[in-house]
Amino acid sequence: MRNLLSDKRDSLSIVLAGEAGQGIQTVEYILIRVLKLAGYNISSSKEFMSRIRGGTNSTEIRVSSKRVQAFTERIDILVPLNKGAMRHVKERISPDTIILGEKENFQKDYKQSRDNVIDIPFSQIASEIGGRIYANTVAIGLISALFRVEAEILKDFIKKHFSGKGGKIIRNNIEAGNKGYEIGSDLLHSQKIKIEIEKSSKVIDEILLSGAEAIALGAVAGGCNFLPFYPMSPSTSLAVFCAQHSQEFSLVVEQAEDEISAINMAIGAWYAGARAMVTTSGGGFALMVEGLSLAGMLETPVVIHLGQRPGPATGLPTRTEQGDLEFVFRAGHGEFPRIIFAPGTIEDAFYLTQKSFNLADKYQIPVFILTDQYLLDSYYNIPSLDISGMKIEEYVVKTNRDYKRYRLTEDGISPRGIPGFGQGLVVVDSDEHDDQGHITEDFEARTKMVDKRLKKLDSLRKEVIPPELVGSKDYKTLVIGWGSTYNVIKEAISYLRRDDISFLHFKQVYPLHPDTPGYIKKSEQCVIVENNATSQFGNLIKLFTGMDIGKKILKYNGLPFSLEEVADNLEKIVMSRA
Amino acid sequence: MDAEMFDMGDIDIAWCPGCGNFSILDILKETLSELKIRPENLVLVSGIGQAAKIPHYLKANVFNGLHGRSLPAATAIKFANPSLVVIAESGDGCMYGEGGNHFIHAIRRNPDITIIVHNNMVYGLTKGQASPTSGLGFKTLLQVEGVFAEPFNPLAVAVALDASFVARAYCGDRTETKGILKKAILHKGFALVDIFQPCVTYNKSNTYGWFKENTYYLEDSYNPQDRQEAFKRATGKGKLALGAIYINSNKSSFEENTGIYQKNKEPLYKRKPDWGKLSSLIDSKRRV
Repeated sequence: MRNLLSDKRDSLSIVLAGEAGQGIQTVEYILIRVLKLAGYNISSSKEFMSRIRGGTNSTEIRVSSKRVQAFTERIDILVPLNKGAMRHVKERISPDTIILGEKENFQKDYKQSRDNVIDIPFSQIASEIGGRIYANTVAIGLISALFRVEAEILKDFIKKHFSGKGGKIIRNNIEAGNKGYEIGSDLLHSQKIKIEIEKSSKVIDEILLSGAEAIALGAVAGGCNFLPFYPMSPSTSLAVFCAQHSQEFSLVVEQAEDEISAINMAIGAWYAGARAMVTTSGGGFALMVEGLSLAGMLETPVVIHLGQRPGPATGLPTRTEQGDLEFVFRAGHGEFPRIIFAPGTIEDAFYLTQKSFNLADKYQIPVFILTDQYLLDSYYNIPSLDISGMKIEEYVVKTNRDYKRYRLTEDGISPRGIPGFGQGLVVVDSDEHDDQGHITEDFEARTKMVDKRLKKLDSLRKEVIPPELVGSKDYKTLVIGWGSTYNVIKEAISYLRRDDISFLHFKQVYPLHPDTPGYIKKSEQCVIVENNATSQFGNLIKLFTGMDIGKKILKYNGLPFSLEEVADNLEKIVMSRA
Repeated sequence: MDAEMFDMGDIDIAWCPGCGNFSILDILKETLSELKIRPENLVLVSGIGQAAKIPHYLKANVFNGLHGRSLPAATAIKFANPSLVVIAESGDGCMYGEGGNHFIHAIRRNPDITIIVHNNMVYGLTKGQASPTSGLGFKTLLQVEGVFAEPFNPLAVAVALDASFVARAYCGDRTETKGILKKAILHKGFALVDIFQPCVTYNKSNTYGWFKENTYYLEDSYNPQDRQEAFKRATGKGKLALGAIYINSNKSSFEENTGIYQKNKEPLYKRKPDWGKLSSLIDSKRRV
């Protein structure tokens, strides 16, 4: 495996691995925050098994002087927290990897004579303080010291984090942090480990968010006041975040009996003037599909967040994939328009979600936000989220006595009334209907209504978000990606150090932007990178442009792309051509 | 107010001549007008089936959604604007078959809506198959050996779930049914009215005469607060009870339980995001 980041002055990756229930998430939670408070850019991503206890999970934290927001295979510092940990990540351990942990957790061949395998008796130290439970805090203290986090920052954070747990637990955690910190300081002084990443005070005040939180905040900014929801990984954390802030924003999260109920609730709520969103994954969305078609027929807005995970069926519940694009594009019986967004970054997740509510309302159609486990569970710091120009665009009209819900108009959009606002009656029907909304079997009326619904596509095509070209306009190789692969493709290309490779990223995948074929035609060769097995976005591009993208980099084992994989594969493709 | 204010004028009604749906439609219009409910403040929510077409035949706001899915939609409509009168109305196949799971959970959730189920013990629109409430031995082109699945007992299920209002009516008795419907609509919380109704085309067993013979009205001394007794009456063999069989008025509604209407009575369409609070929440992620 190539070592992309041989220059360790810029960026390091820390990997924590251990059993579910062992507290890796707590270590990650505290570490990324104290490292950021110390002035480092951080990003973290996790991979975990579908179980509550046991197994082996890992979290990667990248610490850097620059913004690095992609997953790398490389491990600079490994903290194995159980016996299976090293085996779990063995492919990623290099001779340069520093391994910090208890010797019982080292694999046999690593035990002897390696300078960079350092035995730290976390559990023993923790037991002396008051119990093995404090071992994780010792590790936090150790890593904080290695990165020269001020002791006060660590202490304050620990105090705050454990504040609900009572004096003894707070004191013990502070002591555990201190012990770890002392060991780390000694290691630094002994010159065994040298970390020279620059800190920046600008980072301290940046926003630290996960993809899931960004979508939840985007929903609030979009005026969402109802989230009917059935629990399903990886979309649950989003609903939990909304529920935690429910009263603050009068955003009700209701656990529905199933996803069928959830989407029918969402559509009912929009009909009566609320702004609702559903959040689910592929399997849950499969149950929502009839409801999606209902939204299409009623011309009721609805916002659907789908966090993809590998299928078919239950698939790999806690893993990632971009395998549901074609499903979402085709879903629903009958023909009706829709919009599909695919955020590439945490900022995108926020802004696109906010926009989804206005667009759904404007065109009276379903709007999708298509993410995946990788994006939802990733955290990194971003400079800001700008809400100053945001507004809730108002499209609901007050009805008069002769109001007709489906009045035929030039652009196919009929002014949308809601019951109880005005003198009119708002009639919507899942059967084909006349302009008043009443059931009809008249063929002429049917044709008119189909045309009316589809006509909205003409207008919404005019406001498709253009794809972003990263790199020079004079490219020979064009790399195409969509959704959550934005950061990994962008950073991987930067390591190839070639100005004839550019990257075209789509955050709106449907309708396809009209400039797409032009970008492809300009290239000498085109490569598509997708986290699925059949190049679903490539298929869509072919469908709408007739253009075949010959080179494909596909991954579908349930894990996100790493920098190394993308860079290696791209290099091979570029070299084979030269 | 006059029941005529709900009239749609000269419209094509898709029911068979002599169908029990006609009397339910008339009774509903009279009930609504006597309760002084205005069409623009009323939302009728239905699913699919012959009964589910009823909202098209009177003046009201209408949400005619998917087969079996009227209750989630009705729950959300009431939640989005509690000042609306929301009635979900459909047939036994829609409410108890395709929508059975929603029936159970809507009762648990207890939105302040009324649900009217036209129970004719057969599928009409799909031409005569058994419904969840068809009696044992009921023969159809599909159930050639006769129905052998235990009939669904909506009243017993509702009482078991401690529904806040459970009643049964018979469409042939205009005055009594109107009285039951009025109570149901005025009741705060989930109110079920299962209405017996003959299907003159596909159900030759449960006719007008059969319902007359096999039902009885709860006596004046009957105490609908007694859940044990209600369960006994709902499951009792022999004649079938008509009237409000169970009432539990001590429940708060779904809309109340969400908490968002405690301080602010505004329906959701009037609410906008609190940009100040959102800004603070975003800022709280700076030094976390």
